[in-house]
Amino acid sequence: MKILIVDDFSTMRRIIKNLLRDLGFTNTAEADDGTTALPMLQSGAFDFLVTDWNMPGMSGIDLLRHVRADDRLKHLPVLMVTAEAKRDQIIEAAQAGVNGYVVKPFTAQVLKEKIEKIFERVNS
Amino acid sequence: MEHKDSSLGDFESTLKKHAQELVASLEKGKFGDAVQLIHELNQTRDRGLYQEVGKLTRELHSAIVNFQIDPHMPQAEEVSQITDATERLSYVVRLTEGAANRTMDLVEQSTPLMNSLSTDAKALSADWGRFMRREIGAEEFRELARRVDGFLTRSEKETHEVAGHLNDILLAQDYQDLTGQVIKRVTQLVTEVESNLLKLVLMASQVDRFAGIEHDREAMLTEKDQEKHLSQGEGPQIHADKREDVVSGQDDVDDLLSSLGF
Repeated sequence: MKILIVDDFSTMRRIIKNLLRDLGFTNTAEADDGTTALPMLQSGAFDFLVTDWNMPGMSGIDLLRHVRADDRLKHLPVLMVTAEAKRDQIIEAAQAGVNGYVVKPFTAQVLKEKIEKIFERVNS
Repeated sequence: MEHKDSSLGDFESTLKKHAQELVASLEKGKFGDAVQLIHELNQTRDRGLYQEVGKLTRELHSAIVNFQIDPHMPQAEEVSQITDATERLSYVVRLTEGAANRTMDLVEQSTPLMNSLSTDAKALSADWGRFMRREIGAEEFRELARRVDGFLTRSEKETHEVAGHLNDILLAQDYQDLTGQVIKRVTQLVTEVESNLLKLVLMASQVDRFAGIEHDREAMLTEKDQEKHLSQGEGPQIHADKREDVVSGQDDVDDLLSSLGF
């Protein structure tokens, strides 16, 4: 299971990376915005994407749209972990095809639940 | 403020008075008088306009001086207050990032120690149970005693180490005091800049009235709305609990998503 973590703050990437490691996911890579993440996804055989929304360069929602528009990536499970908390934004992400949405600040338990739920659905 | 109102009041009363006189002169066919009145009107308007533009310019100048925006001004001894505020905020970002990383370093150093102590304790506890149930021989007991001894020495040393890390984590929180002070100063500056801008806006509106300029406020608002497009992101919501259009936490997000069929 190879996971890409996209966030412009290195501390947040590190927190997510540590939490994922606790959940048994040790194979992770990092990118600081959509523009660097997209080529990594296209060439890197990732199984899961965790992305922030608000980033310089390409935002998380645009990255999600690019992923869904790419024939080889469109089935990639995407979890959004973001401080963006407007209802319209959550609806926008849902319509763009997000698989899960976690608002910051979040707990390890919430992250675990959402990831497990996504895999349950993907595997069923 | 009062002075401004009175100068505008003067202009308006002159305007009214002269307008009536103007109509009267025109009706009487006194065109020379009419032209003279128009000239006087123009002069009053210009005087008011120059006065207001002058005030606006002076205020703008003192704002520039106050905030030391212009680096060429003699008053700008080191850096402008705005540059200074920007630097202060960068310092906050740097300090908080450093503290977060320091804390995570210490947690990452402590976790394997605790995990390994826990694993060893579990294994020893199982073997100790066997010993209590007299299930092990003398040779095995000597080995167990040696392991217990090693474990005790190691746990003393490593729990001490972890306690040190916990203490360092505590100390790493000292950024709160420093960043709090910096942010308070910057907030103060923002408030000052805001009230000065407001003053300038009020003065500019006087100029607008003398010059008869009207702004298309609706178009300005639409332009601003477009800039605030959703996909740009807004960052954390500060008053999430008071706003209807914002979720107040993960439970709200989950409810919203499940209402959408997730």
